[in-house]
Amino acid sequence: MASEGPLLEVAGVTLRYKTPQHLITATYRVDFQVFTGDRFILLGPSGCGKSTLQKAVGGYMTPTEGQIRLKGKVVTRPGPDRMMVFQEFDQLLPWKTVRQNVVFALEASGRLTGKAADDKAMHYIEKVNLGGFADSYPHMLSGGMKQRVAIARGMAMEPDILLMDEPFAALDALTRRKMQDELLMLWEETRFTVLFVTHSIPEAIKIGNRILLLSPHPGRVKAELNSVQDPQEARVLEQRIHNMLFSDEVSEAMEPVHA
Amino acid sequence: MRDSAGAAAMPGFPSPRPELVREDASGEAITVVEKPLSTFEICYNSSWLRKALILVVLAVIWELYARYLNNDLLFPTFTATISAFARNVADGVLPARAWASIKVLLIGYALGVFLAALLTALAIASRIGTDFLETMTSMFNPLPAIALLPLALIWFGLGNGSLVFVLVHSVTWAIALNTHSGFCSVSKTLKMVGRNYGLGGARFIWKILIPAAFPSILTGLKIGWAFAWRTLIAAELVFGVSSGSGGLGWFIFENKNMLDIPNVFAGLLTVILIGLVVENLIFQTIERRTIQRWGMQN
Repeated sequence: MASEGPLLEVAGVTLRYKTPQHLITATYRVDFQVFTGDRFILLGPSGCGKSTLQKAVGGYMTPTEGQIRLKGKVVTRPGPDRMMVFQEFDQLLPWKTVRQNVVFALEASGRLTGKAADDKAMHYIEKVNLGGFADSYPHMLSGGMKQRVAIARGMAMEPDILLMDEPFAALDALTRRKMQDELLMLWEETRFTVLFVTHSIPEAIKIGNRILLLSPHPGRVKAELNSVQDPQEARVLEQRIHNMLFSDEVSEAMEPVHA
Repeated sequence: MRDSAGAAAMPGFPSPRPELVREDASGEAITVVEKPLSTFEICYNSSWLRKALILVVLAVIWELYARYLNNDLLFPTFTATISAFARNVADGVLPARAWASIKVLLIGYALGVFLAALLTALAIASRIGTDFLETMTSMFNPLPAIALLPLALIWFGLGNGSLVFVLVHSVTWAIALNTHSGFCSVSKTLKMVGRNYGLGGARFIWKILIPAAFPSILTGLKIGWAFAWRTLIAAELVFGVSSGSGGLGWFIFENKNMLDIPNVFAGLLTVILIGLVVENLIFQTIERRTIQRWGMQN
């Protein structure tokens, strides 16, 4: 099952964008590799460019330096081989039902048509336990259900890699825990590859098998760690990551004093 | 600092109280849980009945005032207007005039919609297109279409050509403005989702932008329709016959000249009726089937 080379290669990627007043460097020479079946986490405080980095992998931004390669091919624009799951609840098309939303993704991207698309859509909608809501419009669903549809849509496309940008951040704590468990169960079943952005250390440890730690302003790789399952070890790891981020803040806060 | 509430309690702490647990929390015996509404309430809840009631009250006031005035030349009664309306409908004059107006209107409206679509497509395709649309709308949207009529008469002569010209002018800017602002307010996430599917160009506009901006587009179409209708009647009143028969505006003008005021009122009533039908039947049906169903409007 495991192929030799990495599925996704991010090599020396610097990302810059312009606001009306400033030129901002979001990430600086970031390297990492994602292998098939990875649950790869981009973790860091806000402002470390993790979402920007993921948008670049999604093809919405071109690196000013370095390269992003998926299966050896350079990423130049958005495409259905890298399906995004966003944080926002408005990522579903409001004029389509749950089923139509998934079917439309399959048909618009040219993956499947007609009955085949419908069957595949229903298969994944059942998988996220929304079979009873297939003909509901998004505005009738709760936030958690909308995110489940978005995940079903992403998985139905069977992309090379699923890009999840803090998909549970806008949910309440209970729903978030449930969704995390469900995501892991789905992964056990289908072993998809996912690149997952979060700013929550516990979420990173729970979801991921490998965690890339980014430092802020601009985002640089601070560490690449393996996640752990055992609750005791998880607590230690959480503390360790916390210290890494915390020490960073302290040294930054002290910089003006030394300067 | 907070004040201490009771003498026995510590400052800033509430005094201890016993817990309360109710075993029997069902309230069916003591209060109404579910009960059908009364007939009056059900009637009052339907908007068309309320509107019909308003219309009836207005008609009664009209009738009473006209009888009190007792001057058919100034203000005919409601019944006289209705009988004039019925007579003109029966002998086919009003339907023919209305159709003459609507025909011109539809041509102008269709051309206006087409032009607006073209302009907005240009506007999303490039920044210079956006600037062009914004400049054009800010110049021409406030300009009353009827003010262009004298010019149109010189350019296109007496006839449907000049009518269509002013109609296009009155429709295009309102629709283009609303559609463009609708496109601009489509959420970034939805746009990214569309591009994620590999959609681009015309397919992206058709499958993502237009449905997502549909509430604004529909508003634009409604405003455009109202502008067009107003402009047309006004234009016909100003210079009368366009084609061989003339439209509703001409019907009103003609009957005013002959001092047949009930007929003038019947003409006005037709204008109102057509407006009501288009608004309540056509646009509201579209609204119910689309944006209300999609939860984009409550």
